Amino acid sequence: MALAKAPSSAAPAAVPAAAAARPRRRLGVRVGERHGHPREWIWGYLMILPLVAGLACFYLWPIVQSCYYSFTTWGVFGGQQWVGLANYRAFLSDPQLPKAAWNTVLYSLLMLLAIPFSIVLAALLNQLRGRHVGLYRTLYFLPVVSMPAAVAMVWRWLYNGDYGLINYLLSLVGVHGPHWVSDPRFTVYAMGVVGIWSSLGYNMIIFAAGLKGIPRHYYEAAELDGAGRVRQFVSITLPLLSPSIFFVSVLTVIGGLQMFDTVLMMLGRANPALAGSKTIAYLFYEDVFLDNRQGMGCAIAVVLMAVLLVLTAVQFRLQKKWVHYE
Amino acid sequence: MGSKITRSVPALLCAAVLVAAASGCSSAGAGSGGDAGGPVTLTYGIWDPNQKPAMQQIANAFEKLHPNITVDVELTPNANYWTKLQTEAASGTAPDVFWMSTTRIGLYAGQGQLLPLSDRSGFDNKPFPASLNSIYTVGGKQYGMPKDFDTIGLWYNKKLFDAAGVKYPTAAWTWQDVIDASRKLTSPAKGVWGIASPDWTQENLYNDIYQAGGSVISADKKSSGFGDAKTLAGLQYALDFITKYKTSPTAQQMTDTDPSQLFASGKVAMFTDGDWDTLTYKNAPGLDADVAPLPAGPAGRATVINGLANVIYAKTPHATAAWQFVKFLGSEQANRIQAASGAVIPAYQGLSDGWVKAVPQFHLQTFVDQLKYAVPYPVSANSGPWITDSQALLDQIWGGKLSLDAGAQQLTSTMNADLAKG
Repeated sequence: MALAKAPSSAAPAAVPAAAAARPRRRLGVRVGERHGHPREWIWGYLMILPLVAGLACFYLWPIVQSCYYSFTTWGVFGGQQWVGLANYRAFLSDPQLPKAAWNTVLYSLLMLLAIPFSIVLAALLNQLRGRHVGLYRTLYFLPVVSMPAAVAMVWRWLYNGDYGLINYLLSLVGVHGPHWVSDPRFTVYAMGVVGIWSSLGYNMIIFAAGLKGIPRHYYEAAELDGAGRVRQFVSITLPLLSPSIFFVSVLTVIGGLQMFDTVLMMLGRANPALAGSKTIAYLFYEDVFLDNRQGMGCAIAVVLMAVLLVLTAVQFRLQKKWVHYE
Repeated sequence: MGSKITRSVPALLCAAVLVAAASGCSSAGAGSGGDAGGPVTLTYGIWDPNQKPAMQQIANAFEKLHPNITVDVELTPNANYWTKLQTEAASGTAPDVFWMSTTRIGLYAGQGQLLPLSDRSGFDNKPFPASLNSIYTVGGKQYGMPKDFDTIGLWYNKKLFDAAGVKYPTAAWTWQDVIDASRKLTSPAKGVWGIASPDWTQENLYNDIYQAGGSVISADKKSSGFGDAKTLAGLQYALDFITKYKTSPTAQQMTDTDPSQLFASGKVAMFTDGDWDTLTYKNAPGLDADVAPLPAGPAGRATVINGLANVIYAKTPHATAAWQFVKFLGSEQANRIQAASGAVIPAYQGLSDGWVKAVPQFHLQTFVDQLKYAVPYPVSANSGPWITDSQALLDQIWGGKLSLDAGAQQLTSTMNADLAKG
């Protein structure tokens, strides 16, 4: 038998495994190339200099400064005093911390729920052909480009216990709806729904791009082998979309743990439910902007950053088990 | 949504350190021109866009009198005003003259950020209400030239009163009259409440506390007044409308829908609110309202008075010119311009006519007449922390999570702890 062509008859179920087993394509220039033409790489560095300078100036240096200030108390009009670990001790023994930490985790978990929704939506939109695609995409993406304050205003009205649309609809089926944004039993979930709703569009765009990158012939092969739509989705789409899923889940966890603006704008400052709905980032806001304890705020930011770093590192380790790079 | 504001860790950190970054590059003021002779440019920091035209007019009038001084009116929206001002003050670049509020005067004056005005030649605070002068006096020296003032009145919906056959509130009303009226006016069938009694301090609770003979803070501004039985009586009166008489929407309902909105849309018959909502109620479609003095409590009448003042930044390179301008801001001429704008009651007594006549259908004179028994808005050397903490506890009490007695104990201890930190 002559050397056969590429093994095109692989069983559909094996496709992802085969895809994963392929060597990863390396991006960027080959080693050695940059030594050859020094002028070229100088230009390269010059090109990224503005961005790197901005990053260093407005992100990296402030991070270093924050770490330093977290060990100081801050006079309202400047002037710091070294206090060692006092801020960290005060933060970790803050009676508000356990509840705030729990709310933050709960909110992040709720936000992760957005991922399956976004995948299904992206897959459905990917199936759509014709004029309506743009319309649907715009509709789902609209929350992303809307002003958070405006979004909060509209949702506040929807959630209004007495005159809101949601409770009105519930009353039509005989249910007496609660005060969604002023009853601490419901606030985190109410905010979670808004979070999911507003992140759908952004997630969807990333998943849509991921879907476009899956070669059509995998599906064709699967179809020839008799795999139905659902089987195709589970065996081809999901595994090949896993890099996008990983990316989105890392971003979601980071965003969820930093949850702040929805609390401020949807609950407001004088709300009986606020005490039970605070998040870690909200504690930070209170310390820095209401109580003028900037040193304490820096300590909170540093702790939050450490937690995020650990969580993200864990996610990167776990990804080896479930993320398939083509 | 996660958070648009804090999309990433660095952004979060950045917010914390913006203040630091700015304080690093300090350069105290522009060195152009001294007080003597040469042209001087003053910056005047304000936050209310509605008042900017009047402030500009005043600046123009001042420039005519002092041709060598130019005034730049610098508007910063209220949301950023204090953050920005604090940053600028830390780096020595705050405006030469700026607006100050009662809740911050203790902090700014106490930390040496302001020039005392009472030392200056030609200083005269007699035209202003004594209660306002007292708020802006720290350590025996006055730091703020009162600009305007506000008091609280009992707003009522005439249509709802007529429909329930209740006589309009008068200056003779007591707490009992308000309670009785609120019960007659409440009609669950129509979705109408007799009164709205939120845990808002300036509009509601502080007034009740003083009418009961209690206090929010001791005279030396070092300890909390929430331990006083009379203070509690004031809080109890306000809370009873919700829990005992059930004539007010609950705290949750008032969180979902702002009580001033409930009043404006005819769902609430009485609401104690400041003069600043006059235009809201004037423009509310279908609302036929008026305003009466606050009722008398066990200890008689009282309303909280609050108001802004103009202050001079301690590190201004143009102290003399700044003082000329602040003196002018406190003059009859400048206050007349303010009065004509109709936006606020000018602090200069006797000039409120223009403001009162601006909306003739309301008895706005009520707000001015109440000066007789006005109590200064309670503040301390660093009011921010205890105001935040007590509001949080009041929210818990109003939300039914905390009994008034237990809450009052916590209010006392928390506030005392905050005051001890200074």
